[in-house]
Amino acid sequence: MGAMWAWLFLFALIVVFSIIGKGFLSLTNFQNILANMSILAILAFGQTFVIIAAGIDLSTGWVMGMVSVVSAIVMTSLPEGLPLWLVVLSGSLVGILVAIMAGMVNGLLIARLNVPPFIATMGMFGIARGVGFLLSNGMPIPISISGLGRLGNGYLFYHHPEFGWSFLNQPAGLERAQMRQLLGVIPFVLIVMIVLLLIAHIMLSRTKFGLRTYAVGGNKEATLRAGIPVVSQLTRVYVVSAVFAGFAGIVYNLRFTNGAANAGEALQLDSIAAVVIGGASLFGGAGTVGGAMIGALIISVLENGLVIMAINPFWKYIAVGTVIIIAVLIDQARERMVIG
Amino acid sequence: MDNTPSQATPILRLEHVFKRFGGLTAVNDVSVDIYPGEVIGLVGDNGAGKSTLIKMISGVYRPDGGRIYLGEEEITLSSPMEARNLGIETIYQDLALCENLDATVNIFLGKEPLRRMLGIFNQVDRPHMLEESHKVLDRLDIKIPDLSKPIRQMSGGQRQAVAIARALYWNARLVIMDEPTAALGVPEQRKVHELVHTLKDNNVPVIIISHNLQDVFATADRIVVMRRGSKVGDLLAQDTSGDELVSLMVGVD
Repeated sequence: MGAMWAWLFLFALIVVFSIIGKGFLSLTNFQNILANMSILAILAFGQTFVIIAAGIDLSTGWVMGMVSVVSAIVMTSLPEGLPLWLVVLSGSLVGILVAIMAGMVNGLLIARLNVPPFIATMGMFGIARGVGFLLSNGMPIPISISGLGRLGNGYLFYHHPEFGWSFLNQPAGLERAQMRQLLGVIPFVLIVMIVLLLIAHIMLSRTKFGLRTYAVGGNKEATLRAGIPVVSQLTRVYVVSAVFAGFAGIVYNLRFTNGAANAGEALQLDSIAAVVIGGASLFGGAGTVGGAMIGALIISVLENGLVIMAINPFWKYIAVGTVIIIAVLIDQARERMVIG
Repeated sequence: MDNTPSQATPILRLEHVFKRFGGLTAVNDVSVDIYPGEVIGLVGDNGAGKSTLIKMISGVYRPDGGRIYLGEEEITLSSPMEARNLGIETIYQDLALCENLDATVNIFLGKEPLRRMLGIFNQVDRPHMLEESHKVLDRLDIKIPDLSKPIRQMSGGQRQAVAIARALYWNARLVIMDEPTAALGVPEQRKVHELVHTLKDNNVPVIIISHNLQDVFATADRIVVMRRGSKVGDLLAQDTSGDELVSLMVGVD
């Protein structure tokens, strides 16, 4: 229901920008939009679980930053000459481990000690932020490992008017002038996002874990009476959210070849907005990761379109803020209609 | 209908059960036998002790004295979950359903059947759940046109039916219904009465707590009256009247 409106809104935005904005309607620009939205979408996937379970995770943006810093430290402190995959894998594993710890703390505070999600995750917001900045001395950590940037910025296919198609690698021996004509098709980060989307979607719609996430968000008391261990269920929901934040941090490192504590600062509000725009209810019990992806896409299209139309991009913040408030108002009206 | 249940073994037998809260005796020396396929109406004024009595059967409270037998076996219940596992299902006034989920999921919540998918993960077996839901709803003669609709979009009677279907599916040996028609319109109340009869036809005994004597007369075979913690009446429904019940409940002789 909510997701259908999101589709219509997205379609309207694309039509408007295509007509008015010069250069909006092109494969390159669309791929830019998709690649730029990937990190936001990954954060939003994790957030979806939490919002369905009638919670909220304010810490995802800074957990993402903390993981970004930790995995950058691991990647840069490994001895040189190791294969790229091993470097990335080690950095990722340690980063995800850190994310799991943050999620466990959130989950135990909320599920076992009954701290309101808003407060518990705001506490983690501060802690993750502090840890990230402390570990990096407040500066981004450059990761100068050859090939790393190509993972984050490369494409699955390349096309050149003279050299034709090539798979994974750019055609060899291109001159600087020829590089300009090179067209990448399907960014790697988009593939990472789609894989994570599928995993999150299957978890939510097919598994016992997903079903119980909806149940807890719909009626916690009834879930408890049905014999479901609500405490461990809720704890795991916050761990899932943190793990997706961790993935977002790792993708950030590949894309920008540095680790930064504030990597996700601007994405925190957007990730919640994306989930809500995508039809999830902040009262819990409803939402999909597909919806969250459309929400992230809308925000990304908005950002891109405003820039192309030379409108001050700060309007985006106002638009996103307004959309969150409107979405919640609609949600409340729906809730009243059901009760009334 | 079998009017001489004393030849059968009772499903549930309460023997001289007591419950005290501080100086107050909430349930005072109550004995009741409940036979297969019997519907018992439990009536009494507020504070008469009917809820306390029920909570001892559903595992919420432990009695301070007396014995409870389920079939031949004496039982001591320490939690509602334990009672459920023994086949004592309680349908609460607020039904305890997840309104955002459909009837099928609600029936299976907490005991979801799984199927291995691609050798990688366990998938909730929705086709199996749907099939079983249809079976149990057919048994109860309940028609819910669209089982994929969330409970939120169902009528009060349909919700009650889902709650009953859940109880029945897990092979309840005894069903306790707490004020089952409190929030329902007249046609819906009638549907609930039919459901109680269906449970009875399935040989599952039902205890109905109700303020509504119409409810009780429409469904019960036997009516147990409580006043100030004691059982003051145990009457066959066909042999009594509303006036008699009321005078027993308030203590006018």
